[in-house]
Amino acid sequence: MALLERKDGAAAVIEDRFTRVDDEAALPVGPVIVSLSRFQAEREALLARDADLGVWLDSDESPSEIAGDLGKLAVVACNFPAFNDGRGFSYARLLRERHGYEGEVRAIGEVMLEQAPFMARSGFSTFELGDVSDVAEFKAVIEEVRTVYQPTGDGRETALQRRLGR
Amino acid sequence: MTQIVIANYLGSGRVVFLAKGSGNGSVSWGELIDTAEVATDEDRATALLALAEADVAERNVVMDPYLIDVEEEGGSLRPTKYREAIRALGPTVRQDLGKQAEGAEA
Amino acid sequence: MYRYDEFDHALVQDRVTQFRRQVERRMKGEISEEQFRPLRLMNGLYLQLHAYMLRVAIPYGTLDSRQMRKLAYIARRYDKGYGHFTTRQNIQYNWPKLEETPDILAELAEVEMHAIQTSGNCIRNVTSDQYAGAAKNEIEDPRIWCEIARQWSTLHPEFSFLPRKFKIAITGCENDRAAVKVHDIGMIMKRGAAGEVGFEVLVGGGLGRTPFVGKTIREFLPKEHFLSYMEAILRVYNQLGRRDNKYKARIKVTLHETGKEEFTRLVEEEWEAIKDSTLKLPKEEVDRIAAHFHPPAWKALPNDAPTCDSRAASDPEFAAWLRHNVEEHKTAGYAIVNISVKPPGEPPGDVTDVPMEAMAEMADAYSFSELRVTHVQNVTLPHVEKEQLPALFDDLAKHGLATANVGLVSDIICCPGLDYCALANARSIPVAQELTKRYTLERQQEIGDMQIKISGCINACGHHHVGNIGILGVDRKGEEHYQVQLGGSASEDASLGKIIGRGFTQDEVIEVVDKLLDTYLELREGEEAFIDTYRRVGMNPFKERVYGTA
Ligand code: SF4
Repeated sequence: MALLERKDGAAAVIEDRFTRVDDEAALPVGPVIVSLSRFQAEREALLARDADLGVWLDSDESPSEIAGDLGKLAVVACNFPAFNDGRGFSYARLLRERHGYEGEVRAIGEVMLEQAPFMARSGFSTFELGDVSDVAEFKAVIEEVRTVYQPTGDGRETALQRRLGR
Repeated sequence: MTQIVIANYLGSGRVVFLAKGSGNGSVSWGELIDTAEVATDEDRATALLALAEADVAERNVVMDPYLIDVEEEGGSLRPTKYREAIRALGPTVRQDLGKQAEGAEA
Repeated sequence: MYRYDEFDHALVQDRVTQFRRQVERRMKGEISEEQFRPLRLMNGLYLQLHAYMLRVAIPYGTLDSRQMRKLAYIARRYDKGYGHFTTRQNIQYNWPKLEETPDILAELAEVEMHAIQTSGNCIRNVTSDQYAGAAKNEIEDPRIWCEIARQWSTLHPEFSFLPRKFKIAITGCENDRAAVKVHDIGMIMKRGAAGEVGFEVLVGGGLGRTPFVGKTIREFLPKEHFLSYMEAILRVYNQLGRRDNKYKARIKVTLHETGKEEFTRLVEEEWEAIKDSTLKLPKEEVDRIAAHFHPPAWKALPNDAPTCDSRAASDPEFAAWLRHNVEEHKTAGYAIVNISVKPPGEPPGDVTDVPMEAMAEMADAYSFSELRVTHVQNVTLPHVEKEQLPALFDDLAKHGLATANVGLVSDIICCPGLDYCALANARSIPVAQELTKRYTLERQQEIGDMQIKISGCINACGHHHVGNIGILGVDRKGEEHYQVQLGGSASEDASLGKIIGRGFTQDEVIEVVDKLLDTYLELREGEEAFIDTYRRVGMNPFKERVYGTA
């Protein structure tokens, strides 16, 4: 599956440095992403490793559970068990806007290309998309609607800001 | 039992029926219920639905196929459930619209 | 009314382009129906019994003559010559083709309309008082706030995949003509201690399988926090709302299961964190939007209207129309006119292209080109000079639009039911048609205020829970059957109806309504309305009459 990145207005297919590790599996060398429960159970050991660490949150796991450790995490992944389970949108905004998290926020699970614009606006920076791997298409879809009304952490200028700036 | 396959055209949304003669690698759809291929046993019904579903995936011209029960009445087919009867004919409150109004010309 | 600026225009146009691309992907087979369904629903495109159905938003029910003409044109060019006005102040077309929907949306964009979020688990078209800007005791035009909400909710990145659909209604005065108390969020404009304007905030109202009247979670919200407070409610709901059972996914269940106190605490806590963020509304922007809702150039007129009065004195039909379809306006010499689009025997809410165009004409001639669509599925001309009422009445009559039945027995709210709707259990329109033909206008006037509301299934699009008489279609062992409820109301005294007893066939249900009306007429005291008699005497007398036993 392709990992697409949206960063500073650019889009790219990037290599996934991280290995997602099941709860029972032994830890490989290098950067890993573990579940919240594993992170909570093996927190000390995981943080002591000499490699980047990520945690993936299921859709019923709020980022407030890891708020204190965010500074030590290179990636937080939000899982979408179904495309219509939209809790991850709130989690991404909370990560960026409430907790000031600046690392990678990754959308994983049942993620559709057509949802990527909403995700990007909510604060996701990388996307595991099942239905597309073409960067050009990804970029076109993400930028398709030029006006945004809502102020979110993505920093895009809203219609209101543009109106006031006229 | 008597069953036929009902579905909708993807482009127009119109109600269609898996047409007589469908099978052996060829599938066609008809807009009038009397043109439908009829199954009188379960195996045949399952086979017709499988044919329809394969056609959804292959040719992408119809969607949401499913089986409905019908009865023969004076040489015509009629769904036994009132919901499907309304689908097969058109809105009862607008007899000038839907298949009930188009039957003659089609 | 609101006019798009370049940013609003660009958004709607981009959305058309986006949908065109999505439709192309679907037609080419790049995405399956399963993947496409949520995308088409986000643009109001359903697959119904006979064909697709496109629901077009009429934001807070306000439209101008140009937009009404476009709706008529679309009905003729892309559909079968008619549309259906819904209880959510939208219009539905019953026969559009998928391939043509992008073109329809492009046509709509030309006149500043769209179908964005008229379906799907997102924030739906915000509804309001059809008399906004004309109502007597209004504090402020609620459409200013509806428009602010419309923009904020459009393609909201966080709230487009909610547990379930989300409906917001806003009114500007205490008279509730928008059924605010049966919405996910209801905002009622009111004054604070120092006379400042704000909102009472209600949450968790709704109909459907488990109906609830909304509960007040904040007595007074200052205006500048309008958006941040809604964002807080939605954020709490998005995280807490149930996703395991779609019948328990609405915010009314979240509120019920969490408890009002705890839910309110969570909302207030979230709100504390965001209330001074960029969501706080700058006065400049509120003023910009408010300027669009400045009253039209009403003339300074005397309040008495001799031409109108003398016509009323000599023409009982005109007098009846005046009494039932015309309401007081806040400005001297003007009136609000309700056009009943429910002549006897016609499907409630269905209007064909020619009367739509006629109404647009009349809006130009008599009402500053403005029209409203109401949640009772009628059309309103908000600003008509009283002295012009006789001329307007004659014009309406020419087009069969002068039925004097607003608020009466035959002014029925009715969903499309099994004649069109894929979710229905029974037909609803034939019941309405039968009832609207059954009583003469004189008889209806004798009965007085009456709201009959009919839904074809428990989803309650026909608001049957809040009908004085509510009728619900059910499927009983493969037969269409109807359950009857009594005592509902959607007004400021909102209440939910109670089921009277076992259900009826379609023929029986008509006779049941006869009996209910007879019972009421026998029991009523003075000028008492049906709902008040019911509240005074209770269910039993009605039940006895219908079943022969209590
Ligand atoms: S109430 Fe039921 S039948 Fe009526 S329109 Fe809604 S979903 Fe369809």
